[in-house]
Amino acid sequence: MATGIPHIKLLWWSYLASDCMLFGGLIAGYLIYKGRSHAPPYPMDVFDFQTTTISTFILLASSLTMVLQLAAIQKGNLARFRLFNILTILAGLIFLGFQVFEFRAFYDEGLTLQTNLFGASFYLLTGVHGMHVAVGVLWMVALLIYSYWGGVTKKRAIDVEVAGLYWHFVDVVWIVIFSVVYLMEYTA
Amino acid sequence: MSHDRIALPGFLAFLRRRPTAKSGLMSWLTTVDHKRVGLMYFWSGLFFLLVAGGQALAMRMQLSQSDNQLVGADMFNQLLTMHGTTMVFLAVMPLSASFMNYIMPLQIGARDVAFPRLNAFSYWMFLVGAIVLNASWFLGGAPNFGWFGYANLTSLEFSPTHGAEFWILGLAVLSISSTVSSLNFIVTILNMRAPGMGMMRMPVFTWMTLVTSFIVILAMPAVTVGLIYLLFDRMAGTGFFNPAIGGDVLLWQHLFWVFGHPEVYIIVLPPMGMMSDILPTFARKPLFGYPIVVFSGAAIGFIGFSVWAHHMFTVGLGPVANTAFSLTTSLVAIPTGAKIFNWLFTLWGGKIRFKTPMLFAVGFIAMFLIGGLTGVMNSAASADYQQHDTYFIVAHFHYTLVGGGLYGLLAGITYWFPKLTGKMYNDSVGRKAFWLFFTGFNLTFLSMFLLGLLGMPRRIYVYSADMGWDLPNLIATIGAFAMAAAIGWLVFELFRALRHGEPAPADPWDARTLEWTIPSPPPEYNFAAIPIVEAREDLWDRKMRGRTAKTLPEGPLGIHMPSQSWMPLIAAFGVLLGGFGLLYSLPLALTGVGIILLAFFAWALEGEAGYHIHPAGEAK
Repeated sequence: MATGIPHIKLLWWSYLASDCMLFGGLIAGYLIYKGRSHAPPYPMDVFDFQTTTISTFILLASSLTMVLQLAAIQKGNLARFRLFNILTILAGLIFLGFQVFEFRAFYDEGLTLQTNLFGASFYLLTGVHGMHVAVGVLWMVALLIYSYWGGVTKKRAIDVEVAGLYWHFVDVVWIVIFSVVYLMEYTA
Repeated sequence: MSHDRIALPGFLAFLRRRPTAKSGLMSWLTTVDHKRVGLMYFWSGLFFLLVAGGQALAMRMQLSQSDNQLVGADMFNQLLTMHGTTMVFLAVMPLSASFMNYIMPLQIGARDVAFPRLNAFSYWMFLVGAIVLNASWFLGGAPNFGWFGYANLTSLEFSPTHGAEFWILGLAVLSISSTVSSLNFIVTILNMRAPGMGMMRMPVFTWMTLVTSFIVILAMPAVTVGLIYLLFDRMAGTGFFNPAIGGDVLLWQHLFWVFGHPEVYIIVLPPMGMMSDILPTFARKPLFGYPIVVFSGAAIGFIGFSVWAHHMFTVGLGPVANTAFSLTTSLVAIPTGAKIFNWLFTLWGGKIRFKTPMLFAVGFIAMFLIGGLTGVMNSAASADYQQHDTYFIVAHFHYTLVGGGLYGLLAGITYWFPKLTGKMYNDSVGRKAFWLFFTGFNLTFLSMFLLGLLGMPRRIYVYSADMGWDLPNLIATIGAFAMAAAIGWLVFELFRALRHGEPAPADPWDARTLEWTIPSPPPEYNFAAIPIVEAREDLWDRKMRGRTAKTLPEGPLGIHMPSQSWMPLIAAFGVLLGGFGLLYSLPLALTGVGIILLAFFAWALEGEAGYHIHPAGEAK
């Protein structure tokens, strides 16, 4: 490999560049429509920062468990790999659970896709992100099952590494979303 | 690497049995060979070129005289939308893709692309996209709002048929196809070059494939966001482009053109790369200024991301924005001009043979120049106020997209046809078809420059007799039929050659790059032995220095070949079901998603597998 980077890693890094542009577009759309909704609810009417901070922390922690998952298999420790893999899955599922909880709460307070531009751009942005998390969780589950068939080994640790790349990317995107969508409300 | 050590549970053992058919329908459905994928793109692209050409002819017949009622307004709108969409996404892009798939790996001395199954998936997704888009004709009406789909003409209120959904879903699927292809090409070009082939020894076509691939992966998401917004507006009641609740129709235009302008470079850069390989061959001279040509291609790709709002000069962005985009648009003309000059200097002092590919290549220089210079005219926002939305623009972009893009592709097609098929076509027919096409092309589009300056707007289905537009329109229609005849003649000749043409040698043109060192058509494994590259234009270097290439020794097991697979096709089929399901039936949609997931898991579990052969052809 002429770059010294294995094909699969180069592929995923390139894909993440593309995915960056996707989220960039969705975040830009959110920012363009920020403050331009004609009708309530508006962000400060519905956001619950404590709850979202918790879910954010959990997602960030999942990046740690992801790294530990990778470190474990790089040392050939299958049991430890499985432990941190399961923790990563749990963290992802909890995050998604929080998202569902949050969407339901907003819905009950009158925020739907149709209500206003905030509803539309918020649900789409966080929804697309949530779908990325869900795909990531599926990927982790696949790796877990695969590990019982002898598919996850020290020699093929790169398979876990690229899953980690994706996972960390989705996490970093959430950091941007959390900052731009939630935290920036404090500066408005 | 092999997954033989994986202890797949019993019910999954079937995944170990990979399809092995080497001929017949199954061999095409399960192929992972970049050459076969390239051929499928080629015939598909050619087919849709003819379809979109037919759509153009219908429009030209309607416009050939004033107050005509041959084609009504709504049908005309469907034709103009589908002509543009089909030409861009289903004709020109796949024709480019066919050569990027077939030729690029050969040019770098590789046996295939980095991810063969992913490559096949790209093609099947293309086919699904083409089906979804064209299903609209039969299911309520084709989209009728222009290939750029401006909001809120595309809203449910103003576009009530499903045409819009088919357009959205079709484009979404096609964008996945292109993105996946591009990712594959990036890894292939960066990682799989033969030993000794540094980046600055790659043929320019390969370089342009790389640049184009980067543009694709970075530009597609913009339109994807727009398409998601539009789909939700139409199917979920959101108001992204609904002015009544504060939505901004300009947001669509920005999102679309942030993709749409780089898209035209996606269309034109690979043909430019073909030019840079073809001109030296038929001028018997190396490309003048190779580093500048390469760098200019990259510069065009980069600067091309900064010009998009020149499509929006008249929407009211204000003088500061308009000025900025005028400047960036003029800026992109500089590296473009550099390429033109380098091609001219390549020709100067060369020993020129005017075979068919060379005619198209030289034609490209002249026609693209006209397109480019009128582009500079359009880049001046103040002048564009006069030219925008008139036939002047139609003429401009046809001179660049056809005069540049299609001429370049025809140069490539007539250049590489012998390599792909192992047959020679009749060059005399090719040359005559060229002149017929050239004549018709200029009759049509020069007339349109005139019509634009006479004030004829775009996208009108009829015009009245007192406008004074009759004669140029008639001439334009005559030119269109001449183009159709020329293409028909050329395609007919290519089909004839396919069946009855003279067998082609490995190097019919006395060319300069690696693809001409192997038989026509190449064997499944491309190179019997991977060459060690010692120069740019390595084949020419070997000829001039009278050396034979050193090669890598064969591995102990022989040549490793990727195994065929059903999964790319099955996954794409799942997408097809999902697309139609989204519009008509939730159970169908869920079935589609289920099939996609299963196919992806099976894809991962069946692994890369592979088998070995020796160049004599025996399997191991």
